[in-house]
Amino acid sequence: MSLIEVKGLKKSYGDVHAVRGVDLEIEDGEIFSLLGPNGAGKTTTVEIMEGFRTRDSGTVSVLGFDPQTRGHESRKWRDRIGIVLQSSADAGDLTVLETIDHFSGYYSNPRNVDEVIHSVGLVEKENALIRNLSGGQRRRLDVALGIIGNPELLFLDEPTTGFDPEARRAFWALIQNLRSDGTTIVLTTHYLDEAEALADRVAVINGGVIIEVSTPAELGGRATSQATVAWRDGEITKSERSDNPTELVAKLSSHFGGEVPELVVSRPSLEDIYLEMIGGSHE
Amino acid sequence: MSKIPSALSLGIRRGNLEVRQFARQRESVVFTLLFPVILLAIFGSVFKDTIAPDVTFSQYFLAGMIASGLVNTGFQALAITIPLERDFGALKRLRGTPMPASSYFIGKSILIFISMVIQILLLLGFGILFFGVELPTDINKWITFSWLVLLGSACSTALGIAFSIVPKSGRGASAVVSPIVIILQFFSGVFFVFTQLPTWMQQVAAIFPLKWLTQGMRSVFLPDSFASQEVAKGWETGKTVVILLVWLVIGIFFSVRKFKWDRD
Ligand SMILES: Nc1ncnc2c1ncn2[C@@H]1O[C@H](COP(=O)(O)OP(=O)(O)OP(=O)(O)O)[C@@H](O)[C@H]1O
Ligand SMILES: [Mg+2]
Repeated sequence: MSLIEVKGLKKSYGDVHAVRGVDLEIEDGEIFSLLGPNGAGKTTTVEIMEGFRTRDSGTVSVLGFDPQTRGHESRKWRDRIGIVLQSSADAGDLTVLETIDHFSGYYSNPRNVDEVIHSVGLVEKENALIRNLSGGQRRRLDVALGIIGNPELLFLDEPTTGFDPEARRAFWALIQNLRSDGTTIVLTTHYLDEAEALADRVAVINGGVIIEVSTPAELGGRATSQATVAWRDGEITKSERSDNPTELVAKLSSHFGGEVPELVVSRPSLEDIYLEMIGGSHE
Repeated sequence: MSKIPSALSLGIRRGNLEVRQFARQRESVVFTLLFPVILLAIFGSVFKDTIAPDVTFSQYFLAGMIASGLVNTGFQALAITIPLERDFGALKRLRGTPMPASSYFIGKSILIFISMVIQILLLLGFGILFFGVELPTDINKWITFSWLVLLGSACSTALGIAFSIVPKSGRGASAVVSPIVIILQFFSGVFFVFTQLPTWMQQVAAIFPLKWLTQGMRSVFLPDSFASQEVAKGWETGKTVVILLVWLVIGIFFSVRKFKWDRD
Protein backbone atom coordinates (compact mmCIF):
# COMPACT_ATOMS: atom_id res chain seq x y z
CA MET A 1 0.00 0.00 0.00
CA SER A 2 1.19 3.52 -0.78
CA LEU A 3 2.05 5.95 1.98
CA ILE A 4 -0.72 8.26 0.85
CA GLU A 5 -3.77 7.12 -1.10
CA VAL A 6 -6.42 9.53 -2.26
CA LYS A 7 -9.39 8.34 -4.31
CA GLY A 8 -12.19 10.38 -5.81
CA LEU A 9 -11.58 13.32 -3.52
CA LYS A 10 -14.10 16.14 -3.80
CA LYS A 11 -14.49 19.37 -1.88
CA SER A 12 -16.68 22.42 -2.49
CA TYR A 13 -16.99 25.69 -0.63
CA GLY A 14 -20.58 26.71 -1.35
CA ASP A 15 -20.69 26.75 -5.14
CA VAL A 16 -16.91 26.87 -5.58
CA HIS A 17 -15.83 23.39 -6.60
CA ALA A 18 -12.27 23.56 -5.32
CA VAL A 19 -11.40 19.87 -5.75
CA ARG A 20 -13.35 17.84 -8.28
CA GLY A 21 -12.32 14.21 -8.09
CA VAL A 22 -8.62 13.87 -7.30
CA ASP A 23 -6.77 10.53 -7.22
CA LEU A 24 -3.21 10.36 -5.91
CA GLU A 25 -0.80 7.70 -4.76
CA ILE A 26 2.35 8.86 -3.06
CA GLU A 27 5.06 6.30 -2.34
CA ASP A 28 7.29 5.89 0.66
CA GLY A 29 10.48 7.96 0.36
CA GLU A 30 9.63 10.09 -2.64
CA ILE A 31 9.36 13.82 -3.08
CA PHE A 32 6.00 14.42 -4.64
CA SER A 33 5.09 17.84 -5.93
CA LEU A 34 1.67 19.33 -6.57
CA LEU A 35 2.15 21.99 -9.18
CA GLY A 36 -0.60 24.38 -10.21
CA PRO A 37 -1.64 28.01 -10.54
CA ASN A 38 -3.42 30.12 -7.92
CA GLY A 39 -6.75 28.64 -6.89
CA ALA A 40 -6.01 25.26 -8.48
CA GLY A 41 -6.95 23.39 -5.29
CA LYS A 42 -3.47 22.58 -3.98
CA THR A 43 -3.96 23.87 -0.46
CA THR A 44 -7.41 22.34 -0.23
CA THR A 45 -6.07 18.92 -1.26
CA VAL A 46 -3.08 19.09 1.05
CA GLU A 47 -5.05 20.37 4.04
CA ILE A 48 -7.51 17.52 3.65
CA MET A 49 -4.56 15.11 3.77
CA GLU A 50 -3.31 16.93 6.89
CA GLY A 51 -6.66 16.57 8.65
CA PHE A 52 -7.41 20.30 8.74
CA ARG A 53 -10.34 20.26 6.36
CA THR A 54 -13.17 17.84 5.87
CA ARG A 55 -13.93 16.32 2.49
CA ASP A 56 -17.26 16.08 0.72
CA SER A 57 -16.55 12.66 -0.78
CA GLY A 58 -13.80 10.23 -1.64
CA THR A 59 -11.37 8.30 0.52
CA VAL A 60 -8.08 9.46 1.97
CA SER A 61 -5.45 7.36 3.70
CA VAL A 62 -2.28 8.95 5.04
CA LEU A 63 0.20 6.57 6.72
CA GLY A 64 -2.67 4.09 6.78
CA PHE A 65 -4.86 6.50 8.70
CA ASP A 66 -7.93 8.55 7.82
CA PRO A 67 -6.98 12.15 8.61
CA GLN A 68 -10.54 12.95 9.74
CA THR A 69 -10.20 10.61 12.73
CA ARG A 70 -9.86 12.31 16.10
CA GLY A 71 -8.68 11.23 19.54
CA HIS A 72 -5.55 9.53 20.81
CA GLU A 73 -4.91 7.66 17.55
CA SER A 74 -4.72 11.02 15.83
CA ARG A 75 -2.06 12.19 18.30
CA LYS A 76 0.10 9.21 17.44
CA TRP A 77 -0.44 9.94 13.76
CA ARG A 78 0.46 13.62 14.14
CA ASP A 79 3.62 12.55 15.94
CA ARG A 80 4.75 11.04 12.62
CA ILE A 81 3.99 13.95 10.30
CA GLY A 82 5.32 17.47 9.90
CA ILE A 83 3.36 20.35 8.45
CA VAL A 84 4.37 23.67 6.96
CA LEU A 85 1.19 25.60 6.22
CA GLN A 86 0.86 28.05 3.38
CA SER A 87 0.44 30.83 5.90
CA SER A 88 0.90 30.82 9.61
CA ALA A 89 2.01 33.29 12.20
CA ASP A 90 2.57 33.56 15.90
CA ALA A 91 2.00 36.41 18.28
CA GLY A 92 5.74 36.92 18.14
CA ASP A 93 6.65 37.47 21.77
CA LEU A 94 8.95 34.46 21.93
CA THR A 95 12.39 33.97 20.49
CA VAL A 96 13.23 31.59 17.67
CA LEU A 97 15.07 29.28 20.04
CA GLU A 98 12.30 29.28 22.66
CA THR A 99 9.67 28.49 20.05
CA ILE A 100 11.53 25.66 18.35
CA ASP A 101 12.61 24.22 21.68
CA HIS A 102 9.02 24.35 22.94
CA PHE A 103 7.61 22.62 19.86
CA SER A 104 10.26 19.92 20.11
CA GLY A 105 8.66 18.93 23.42
CA TYR A 106 5.46 17.92 21.63
CA TYR A 107 7.05 14.95 19.85
CA SER A 108 8.18 11.55 20.98
CA ASN A 109 11.37 11.58 18.99
CA PRO A 110 12.31 15.15 18.08
CA ARG A 111 15.36 16.27 16.15
CA ASN A 112 18.09 18.20 17.88
CA VAL A 113 17.00 21.83 18.30
CA ASP A 114 20.40 23.37 17.47
CA GLU A 115 20.77 21.22 14.39
CA VAL A 116 17.37 22.27 13.12
CA ILE A 117 18.12 25.95 13.73
CA HIS A 118 21.36 25.49 11.87
CA SER A 119 19.79 23.64 8.98
CA VAL A 120 17.28 26.41 8.28
CA GLY A 121 19.96 29.08 8.62
CA LEU A 122 18.60 30.88 11.67
CA VAL A 123 21.62 30.53 13.96
CA GLU A 124 22.27 34.28 14.01
CA LYS A 125 18.62 34.95 14.76
CA GLU A 126 18.03 32.30 17.39
CA ASN A 127 17.66 34.83 20.19
CA ALA A 128 15.61 37.30 18.18
CA LEU A 129 11.92 37.74 18.93
CA ILE A 130 9.74 36.31 16.20
CA ARG A 131 8.06 39.68 15.72
CA ASN A 132 11.41 41.09 14.62
CA LEU A 133 12.13 38.50 11.92
CA SER A 134 11.90 39.34 8.24
CA GLY A 135 9.30 37.58 6.09
CA GLY A 136 11.77 35.06 4.72
CA GLN A 137 13.18 34.39 8.19
CA ARG A 138 9.71 33.71 9.53
CA ARG A 139 9.17 31.29 6.70
CA ARG A 140 12.37 29.48 7.68
CA LEU A 141 11.02 29.26 11.21
CA ASP A 142 7.86 27.67 9.77
CA VAL A 143 10.04 25.10 8.06
CA ALA A 144 11.99 24.50 11.28
CA LEU A 145 8.75 23.85 13.16
CA GLY A 146 7.64 21.48 10.40
CA ILE A 147 10.73 19.30 10.69
CA ILE A 148 11.47 19.52 14.44
CA GLY A 149 9.39 16.41 15.16
CA ASN A 150 11.57 14.29 12.88
CA PRO A 151 8.58 13.37 10.70
CA GLU A 152 8.26 10.34 8.43
CA LEU A 153 6.07 12.44 6.19
CA LEU A 154 6.47 16.15 5.62
CA PHE A 155 3.89 18.44 3.99
CA LEU A 156 5.17 21.71 2.59
CA ASP A 157 2.65 24.19 1.19
CA GLU A 158 4.61 26.71 -0.88
CA PRO A 159 7.49 26.65 1.55
CA THR A 160 9.86 28.97 -0.30
CA THR A 161 7.55 31.95 -0.75
CA GLY A 162 9.58 34.96 0.30
CA PHE A 163 12.96 33.22 0.20
CA ASP A 164 15.86 34.94 -1.50
CA PRO A 165 17.63 32.87 -4.19
CA GLU A 166 20.37 31.74 -1.81
CA ALA A 167 17.88 30.69 0.85
CA ARG A 168 15.94 28.79 -1.79
CA ARG A 169 19.04 26.83 -2.82
CA ALA A 170 19.83 26.11 0.83
CA PHE A 171 16.26 24.98 1.34
CA TRP A 172 16.42 22.64 -1.64
CA ALA A 173 19.57 21.09 -0.19
CA LEU A 174 17.80 20.66 3.16
CA ILE A 175 14.87 18.91 1.48
CA GLN A 176 17.18 16.61 -0.44
CA ASN A 177 18.93 15.72 2.82
CA LEU A 178 15.63 14.93 4.47
CA ARG A 179 14.72 12.69 1.57
CA SER A 180 17.98 10.82 1.80
CA ASP A 181 17.19 10.25 5.48
CA GLY A 182 14.02 8.53 4.28
CA THR A 183 11.45 11.29 4.77
CA THR A 184 8.57 11.33 2.31
CA ILE A 185 7.80 14.86 1.17
CA VAL A 186 4.66 16.36 -0.34
CA LEU A 187 5.39 19.79 -1.73
CA THR A 188 3.06 22.27 -3.38
CA THR A 189 4.58 24.97 -5.47
CA HIS A 190 4.06 27.46 -8.29
CA TYR A 191 7.72 27.32 -9.17
CA LEU A 192 8.61 25.02 -12.03
CA ASP A 193 12.30 25.12 -11.24
CA GLU A 194 11.52 24.02 -7.70
CA ALA A 195 9.45 21.08 -8.87
CA GLU A 196 12.12 20.21 -11.43
CA ALA A 197 14.96 20.43 -8.93
CA LEU A 198 13.29 18.52 -6.12
CA ALA A 199 10.45 16.31 -7.20
CA ASP A 200 10.64 12.66 -8.14
CA ARG A 201 7.12 12.98 -9.46
CA VAL A 202 4.97 15.96 -10.24
CA ALA A 203 1.18 16.17 -10.36
CA VAL A 204 -0.11 19.11 -12.33
CA ILE A 205 -3.42 20.31 -10.91
CA ASN A 206 -5.72 22.92 -12.34
CA GLY A 207 -9.34 23.77 -11.62
CA GLY A 208 -9.50 21.05 -8.99
CA VAL A 209 -8.50 18.19 -11.28
CA ILE A 210 -5.18 16.43 -11.78
CA ILE A 211 -4.11 16.89 -15.38
CA GLU A 212 -1.08 14.63 -15.31
CA VAL A 213 1.26 12.82 -12.95
CA SER A 214 4.79 12.04 -14.12
CA THR A 215 8.46 12.71 -13.56
CA PRO A 216 9.56 16.28 -14.31
CA ALA A 217 11.55 15.05 -17.31
CA GLU A 218 8.59 13.32 -18.90
CA LEU A 219 5.93 15.86 -18.07
CA GLY A 220 3.60 16.53 -20.99
CA GLY A 221 5.54 14.07 -23.16
CA ARG A 222 8.49 16.43 -22.92
CA ALA A 223 11.11 13.73 -23.35
CA THR A 224 9.57 12.45 -26.56
CA SER A 225 8.05 15.61 -27.97
CA GLN A 226 9.07 16.94 -31.34
CA ALA A 227 12.16 19.06 -31.51
CA THR A 228 12.27 22.27 -33.47
CA VAL A 229 15.18 22.70 -35.88
CA ALA A 230 15.81 26.25 -37.11
CA TRP A 231 18.43 27.62 -39.50
CA ARG A 232 19.04 30.44 -41.93
CA ASP A 233 18.69 29.92 -45.61
CA GLY A 234 19.90 33.01 -47.47
CA GLU A 235 17.84 35.92 -46.10
CA ILE A 236 15.09 33.90 -44.38
CA THR A 237 15.05 31.90 -41.17
CA LYS A 238 13.42 28.53 -41.63
CA SER A 239 12.21 26.11 -38.98
CA GLU A 240 10.82 22.62 -39.01
CA ARG A 241 9.37 20.33 -36.31
CA SER A 242 10.77 16.86 -36.38
CA ASP A 243 10.74 13.53 -34.57
CA ASN A 244 14.23 12.82 -35.89
CA PRO A 245 16.14 16.07 -35.58
CA THR A 246 19.53 14.40 -35.99
CA GLU A 247 18.56 13.06 -39.38
CA LEU A 248 17.27 16.49 -40.42
CA VAL A 249 20.47 18.18 -39.28
CA ALA A 250 22.57 15.64 -41.23
CA LYS A 251 20.52 16.38 -44.35
CA LEU A 252 20.91 20.11 -43.86
CA SER A 253 24.60 19.70 -43.30
CA SER A 254 25.14 17.92 -46.61
CA HIS A 255 22.88 20.49 -48.31
CA PHE A 256 25.03 23.38 -47.03
CA GLY A 257 28.23 21.40 -47.46
CA GLY A 258 29.23 21.39 -43.78
CA GLU A 259 28.22 24.16 -41.39
CA VAL A 260 24.47 24.95 -41.19
CA PRO A 261 23.98 28.75 -40.78
CA GLU A 262 22.56 29.75 -37.35
CA LEU A 263 21.51 26.23 -36.49
CA VAL A 264 19.26 25.85 -33.40
CA VAL A 265 17.75 22.59 -32.16
CA SER A 266 15.33 23.04 -29.26
CA ARG A 267 12.76 21.14 -27.27
CA PRO A 268 9.91 22.79 -25.38
CA SER A 269 10.96 23.92 -21.92
CA LEU A 270 9.15 22.62 -18.87
CA GLU A 271 7.57 26.03 -18.64
CA ASP A 272 6.20 25.85 -22.20
CA ILE A 273 4.70 22.47 -21.51
CA TYR A 274 3.29 23.50 -18.17
CA LEU A 275 1.70 26.68 -19.48
CA GLU A 276 0.17 24.72 -22.34
CA MET A 277 -1.19 22.16 -19.89
CA ILE A 278 -2.88 24.69 -17.67
CA GLY A 279 -4.21 26.51 -20.70
CA GLY A 280 -2.12 29.64 -20.34
CA SER A 281 -0.19 31.21 -23.17
CA HIS A 282 3.51 31.75 -23.23
CA GLU A 283 5.49 34.84 -24.26
CA MET B 1 11.25 5.21 20.03
CA SER B 2 10.16 7.00 23.19
CA LYS B 3 6.54 7.63 24.06
CA ILE B 4 4.47 10.69 23.22
CA PRO B 5 4.65 13.13 26.16
CA SER B 6 1.62 13.10 28.46
CA ALA B 7 -1.11 15.70 28.10
CA LEU B 8 -0.43 16.96 31.62
CA SER B 9 3.31 17.47 31.19
CA LEU B 10 2.70 19.28 27.90
CA GLY B 11 0.04 21.36 29.63
CA ILE B 12 2.57 22.48 32.22
CA ARG B 13 5.08 23.30 29.48
CA ARG B 14 2.42 25.33 27.75
CA GLY B 15 1.54 27.12 30.98
CA ASN B 16 5.16 28.11 31.35
CA LEU B 17 5.24 29.42 27.79
CA GLU B 18 1.94 31.28 28.12
CA VAL B 19 3.16 33.07 31.25
CA ARG B 20 6.41 34.06 29.57
CA GLN B 21 4.54 35.28 26.52
CA PHE B 22 2.04 37.23 28.63
CA ALA B 23 4.78 38.85 30.70
CA ARG B 24 6.37 40.20 27.53
CA GLN B 25 3.21 42.02 26.48
CA ARG B 26 3.69 44.96 28.79
CA GLU B 27 0.58 46.95 27.86
CA SER B 28 -1.74 44.05 28.38
CA VAL B 29 -0.05 43.07 31.66
CA VAL B 30 -0.52 46.57 33.00
CA PHE B 31 -4.03 46.89 31.67
CA THR B 32 -5.31 43.50 32.79
CA LEU B 33 -3.77 43.57 36.23
CA LEU B 34 -4.02 47.23 37.16
CA PHE B 35 -7.40 48.14 35.72
CA PRO B 36 -9.40 46.69 38.64
CA VAL B 37 -7.07 48.43 41.09
CA ILE B 38 -7.68 51.72 39.31
CA LEU B 39 -11.43 51.12 39.47
CA LEU B 40 -11.12 50.40 43.16
CA ALA B 41 -9.22 53.66 43.64
CA ILE B 42 -11.88 55.66 41.78
CA PHE B 43 -14.95 54.10 43.38
CA GLY B 44 -13.36 53.98 46.80
CA SER B 45 -12.57 57.69 46.66
CA VAL B 46 -15.94 58.78 45.27
CA PHE B 47 -18.26 56.72 47.45
CA LYS B 48 -17.22 57.12 51.04
CA ASP B 49 -20.49 56.20 52.72
CA THR B 50 -21.09 53.45 55.17
CA ILE B 51 -23.73 51.04 53.94
CA ALA B 52 -24.23 49.13 57.17
CA PRO B 53 -22.72 49.20 60.65
CA ASP B 54 -18.97 48.49 60.25
CA VAL B 55 -19.26 48.17 56.45
CA THR B 56 -18.03 50.89 54.10
CA PHE B 57 -18.82 50.99 50.43
CA SER B 58 -15.10 50.47 49.69
CA GLN B 59 -15.19 47.16 51.51
CA TYR B 60 -18.33 46.14 49.67
CA PHE B 61 -16.78 47.21 46.42
CA LEU B 62 -13.50 45.42 47.11
CA ALA B 63 -15.38 42.12 47.49
CA GLY B 64 -17.09 42.83 44.17
CA MET B 65 -13.83 43.75 42.44
CA ILE B 66 -12.12 40.55 43.56
CA ALA B 67 -15.03 38.58 42.14
CA SER B 68 -14.97 40.61 38.92
CA GLY B 69 -11.22 40.08 38.74
CA LEU B 70 -11.95 36.39 38.40
CA VAL B 71 -14.20 37.16 35.45
CA ASN B 72 -11.89 39.74 33.87
CA THR B 73 -8.66 37.81 33.96
CA GLY B 74 -10.36 34.56 32.99
CA PHE B 75 -13.50 34.78 30.94
CA GLN B 76 -12.88 38.17 29.39
CA ALA B 77 -9.17 37.73 28.67
CA LEU B 78 -9.62 34.30 27.07
CA ALA B 79 -12.72 35.11 25.07
CA ILE B 80 -10.78 38.00 23.54
CA THR B 81 -7.29 36.53 23.11
CA ILE B 82 -8.21 33.08 21.81
CA PRO B 83 -10.04 34.48 18.74
CA LEU B 84 -6.95 36.63 18.12
CA GLU B 85 -4.68 33.59 18.27
CA ARG B 86 -7.08 31.84 15.93
CA ASP B 87 -6.95 34.71 13.42
CA PHE B 88 -3.15 34.76 13.49
CA GLY B 89 -3.07 31.08 12.60
CA ALA B 90 -1.25 30.25 15.82
CA LEU B 91 -3.96 27.79 16.85
CA LYS B 92 -3.95 26.05 13.49
CA ARG B 93 -0.24 25.50 13.78
CA LEU B 94 -0.75 23.93 17.21
CA ARG B 95 -3.54 21.74 15.81
CA GLY B 96 -1.03 20.30 13.36
CA THR B 97 1.18 18.96 16.15
CA PRO B 98 0.58 15.99 18.46
CA MET B 99 -0.13 18.38 21.33
CA PRO B 100 -3.68 17.59 22.52
CA ALA B 101 -6.35 20.22 23.13
CA SER B 102 -6.33 19.39 26.83
CA SER B 103 -2.70 20.57 27.11
CA TYR B 104 -3.62 23.85 25.50
CA PHE B 105 -6.47 24.26 27.99
CA ILE B 106 -4.22 23.36 30.94
CA GLY B 107 -1.68 25.95 29.75
CA LYS B 108 -4.36 28.63 29.64
CA SER B 109 -5.63 27.65 33.08
CA ILE B 110 -2.15 28.03 34.54
CA LEU B 111 -1.75 31.48 33.01
CA ILE B 112 -5.18 32.57 34.22
CA PHE B 113 -4.65 31.22 37.71
CA ILE B 114 -1.35 33.03 38.12
CA SER B 115 -2.67 36.32 36.86
CA MET B 116 -5.70 35.98 39.15
CA VAL B 117 -3.53 35.45 42.19
CA ILE B 118 -1.45 38.51 41.32
CA GLN B 119 -4.57 40.55 40.78
CA ILE B 120 -6.13 39.50 44.07
CA LEU B 121 -2.93 40.33 45.95
CA LEU B 122 -2.83 43.76 44.33
CA LEU B 123 -6.47 44.46 45.19
CA LEU B 124 -6.10 43.29 48.76
CA GLY B 125 -2.88 45.21 49.28
CA PHE B 126 -4.42 48.35 47.87
CA GLY B 127 -7.60 47.90 49.89
CA ILE B 128 -5.69 47.45 53.12
CA LEU B 129 -3.35 50.38 52.53
CA PHE B 130 -5.84 52.98 51.35
CA PHE B 131 -9.38 51.95 52.25
CA GLY B 132 -9.11 50.48 55.70
CA VAL B 133 -10.06 47.01 54.54
CA GLU B 134 -9.36 44.39 57.19
CA LEU B 135 -8.47 40.81 56.39
CA PRO B 136 -10.64 38.15 58.02
CA THR B 137 -9.10 36.35 60.98
CA ASP B 138 -11.45 33.37 60.96
CA ILE B 139 -9.81 30.36 59.28
CA ASN B 140 -13.18 29.25 57.91
CA LYS B 141 -13.40 32.45 55.93
CA TRP B 142 -10.06 31.70 54.33
CA ILE B 143 -11.23 28.23 53.47
CA THR B 144 -14.30 29.72 51.79
CA PHE B 145 -12.03 32.21 50.04
CA SER B 146 -9.78 29.43 48.73
CA TRP B 147 -12.51 27.33 47.18
CA LEU B 148 -14.21 30.42 45.79
CA VAL B 149 -11.00 31.40 44.02
CA LEU B 150 -10.35 27.87 42.78
CA LEU B 151 -13.89 27.17 41.64
CA GLY B 152 -14.36 30.70 40.35
CA SER B 153 -11.19 30.68 38.28
CA ALA B 154 -11.93 27.20 36.91
CA CYS B 155 -15.41 28.30 35.95
CA SER B 156 -14.20 31.56 34.45
CA THR B 157 -11.45 29.83 32.47
CA ALA B 158 -13.73 27.12 31.10
CA LEU B 159 -16.41 29.62 30.11
CA GLY B 160 -13.80 31.89 28.51
CA ILE B 161 -12.51 29.04 26.35
CA ALA B 162 -16.07 28.01 25.51
CA PHE B 163 -17.10 31.57 24.65
CA SER B 164 -14.07 32.01 22.37
CA ILE B 165 -16.07 30.24 19.65
CA VAL B 166 -18.65 33.07 19.57
CA PRO B 167 -16.70 36.06 18.18
CA LYS B 168 -16.40 35.75 14.41
CA SER B 169 -13.01 37.46 14.31
CA GLY B 170 -10.22 38.45 16.61
CA ARG B 171 -10.73 42.12 15.94
CA GLY B 172 -14.40 41.96 16.85
CA ALA B 173 -13.95 39.86 19.95
CA SER B 174 -13.48 42.70 22.38
CA ALA B 175 -16.64 44.43 21.11
CA VAL B 176 -18.65 41.25 21.73
CA VAL B 177 -17.17 40.26 25.07
CA SER B 178 -16.55 43.48 26.98
CA PRO B 179 -20.17 44.73 27.04
CA ILE B 180 -21.33 41.37 28.35
CA VAL B 181 -18.87 41.56 31.22
CA ILE B 182 -19.69 45.17 32.04
CA ILE B 183 -23.44 44.55 32.03
CA LEU B 184 -22.94 41.50 34.24
CA GLN B 185 -20.90 43.61 36.64
CA PHE B 186 -23.71 46.17 36.90
CA PHE B 187 -26.38 43.50 37.34
CA SER B 188 -24.39 41.46 39.83
CA GLY B 189 -23.87 44.17 42.41
CA VAL B 190 -20.24 45.00 41.75
CA PHE B 191 -20.69 48.73 41.21
CA PHE B 192 -23.88 49.12 43.25
CA VAL B 193 -25.22 47.50 46.36
CA PHE B 194 -27.02 44.44 45.02
CA THR B 195 -30.15 44.81 47.16
CA GLN B 196 -30.72 48.31 45.80
CA LEU B 197 -31.01 47.03 42.21
CA PRO B 198 -34.43 46.40 40.63
CA THR B 199 -35.70 42.89 41.30
CA TRP B 200 -35.64 41.89 37.63
CA MET B 201 -31.93 42.75 37.47
CA GLN B 202 -31.30 40.68 40.55
CA GLN B 203 -33.14 37.77 38.98
CA VAL B 204 -31.18 37.99 35.73
CA ALA B 205 -27.91 38.23 37.64
CA ALA B 206 -28.78 35.16 39.70
CA ILE B 207 -28.56 33.00 36.56
CA PHE B 208 -24.87 33.85 36.06
CA PRO B 209 -21.80 33.03 38.15
CA LEU B 210 -20.63 36.59 38.88
CA LYS B 211 -23.49 37.35 41.29
CA TRP B 212 -22.60 34.26 43.30
CA LEU B 213 -18.92 35.04 43.29
CA THR B 214 -19.48 38.59 44.55
CA GLN B 215 -21.83 37.37 47.26
CA GLY B 216 -19.32 34.69 48.19
CA MET B 217 -16.53 37.27 48.43
CA ARG B 218 -18.74 39.42 50.66
CA SER B 219 -19.17 36.42 52.93
CA VAL B 220 -15.38 36.43 53.26
CA PHE B 221 -14.61 40.14 53.58
CA LEU B 222 -17.69 41.56 55.29
CA PRO B 223 -18.76 40.82 58.87
CA ASP B 224 -21.21 37.97 59.29
CA SER B 225 -23.77 40.43 60.58
CA PHE B 226 -24.07 41.65 57.01
CA ALA B 227 -25.50 38.33 55.86
CA SER B 228 -28.94 39.46 56.98
CA GLN B 229 -28.70 42.34 54.50
CA GLU B 230 -28.44 40.01 51.49
CA VAL B 231 -31.50 39.33 49.37
CA ALA B 232 -31.81 35.81 50.76
CA LYS B 233 -30.97 36.94 54.31
CA GLY B 234 -27.95 34.65 54.27
CA TRP B 235 -24.74 33.86 52.35
CA GLU B 236 -26.27 30.89 50.42
CA THR B 237 -22.93 29.08 50.36
CA GLY B 238 -24.33 25.73 49.22
CA LYS B 239 -26.30 27.26 46.38
CA THR B 240 -23.18 29.15 45.28
CA VAL B 241 -21.19 25.94 45.00
CA VAL B 242 -23.92 24.24 42.98
CA ILE B 243 -24.37 27.11 40.54
CA LEU B 244 -20.63 27.52 39.98
CA LEU B 245 -20.27 23.77 39.40
CA VAL B 246 -23.10 23.77 36.87
CA TRP B 247 -21.45 26.60 34.93
CA LEU B 248 -18.10 24.84 35.15
CA VAL B 249 -19.59 21.73 33.56
CA ILE B 250 -21.27 23.78 30.84
CA GLY B 251 -17.97 25.55 30.15
CA ILE B 252 -15.97 22.34 29.96
CA PHE B 253 -18.57 20.68 27.75
CA PHE B 254 -18.53 23.43 25.12
CA SER B 255 -14.73 23.85 25.33
CA VAL B 256 -14.14 20.19 24.64
CA ARG B 257 -16.88 19.69 22.07
CA LYS B 258 -16.89 22.94 20.13
CA PHE B 259 -13.41 24.44 20.34
CA LYS B 260 -12.36 25.98 17.01
CA TRP B 261 -8.71 25.92 15.95
CA ASP B 262 -9.23 27.46 12.59
CA ARG B 263 -11.06 30.42 11.13
CA ASP B 264 -13.06 28.35 8.65
N1 LIG C 1 -12.01 28.36 3.15
C1 LIG C 1 -12.45 28.62 1.91
N2 LIG C 1 -13.68 29.13 1.72
C2 LIG C 1 -14.13 29.37 0.49
N3 LIG C 1 -13.45 29.14 -0.63
C3 LIG C 1 -12.22 28.64 -0.51
C4 LIG C 1 -11.65 28.35 0.77
N4 LIG C 1 -10.42 27.86 0.58
C5 LIG C 1 -10.22 27.83 -0.75
N5 LIG C 1 -11.30 28.30 -1.41
C6 LIG C 1 -11.44 28.38 -2.88
O1 LIG C 1 -11.13 27.12 -3.41
C7 LIG C 1 -10.32 27.24 -4.56
C8 LIG C 1 -9.02 26.46 -4.37
O2 LIG C 1 -8.26 27.09 -3.36
P1 LIG C 1 -6.88 26.53 -2.83
O3 LIG C 1 -6.50 27.38 -1.67
O4 LIG C 1 -7.01 25.09 -2.59
O5 LIG C 1 -5.95 26.83 -4.06
P2 LIG C 1 -4.36 26.74 -4.19
O6 LIG C 1 -4.08 25.85 -5.34
O7 LIG C 1 -3.74 26.40 -2.91
O8 LIG C 1 -4.01 28.23 -4.61
P3 LIG C 1 -2.71 29.13 -4.25
O9 LIG C 1 -1.66 28.72 -5.21
O10 LIG C 1 -3.18 30.52 -4.53
O11 LIG C 1 -2.37 28.88 -2.83
C9 LIG C 1 -10.13 28.71 -4.80
O12 LIG C 1 -11.07 29.12 -5.76
C10 LIG C 1 -10.43 29.34 -3.48
O13 LIG C 1 -10.98 30.62 -3.65
MG1 LIG D 1 -2.44 27.30 -1.71
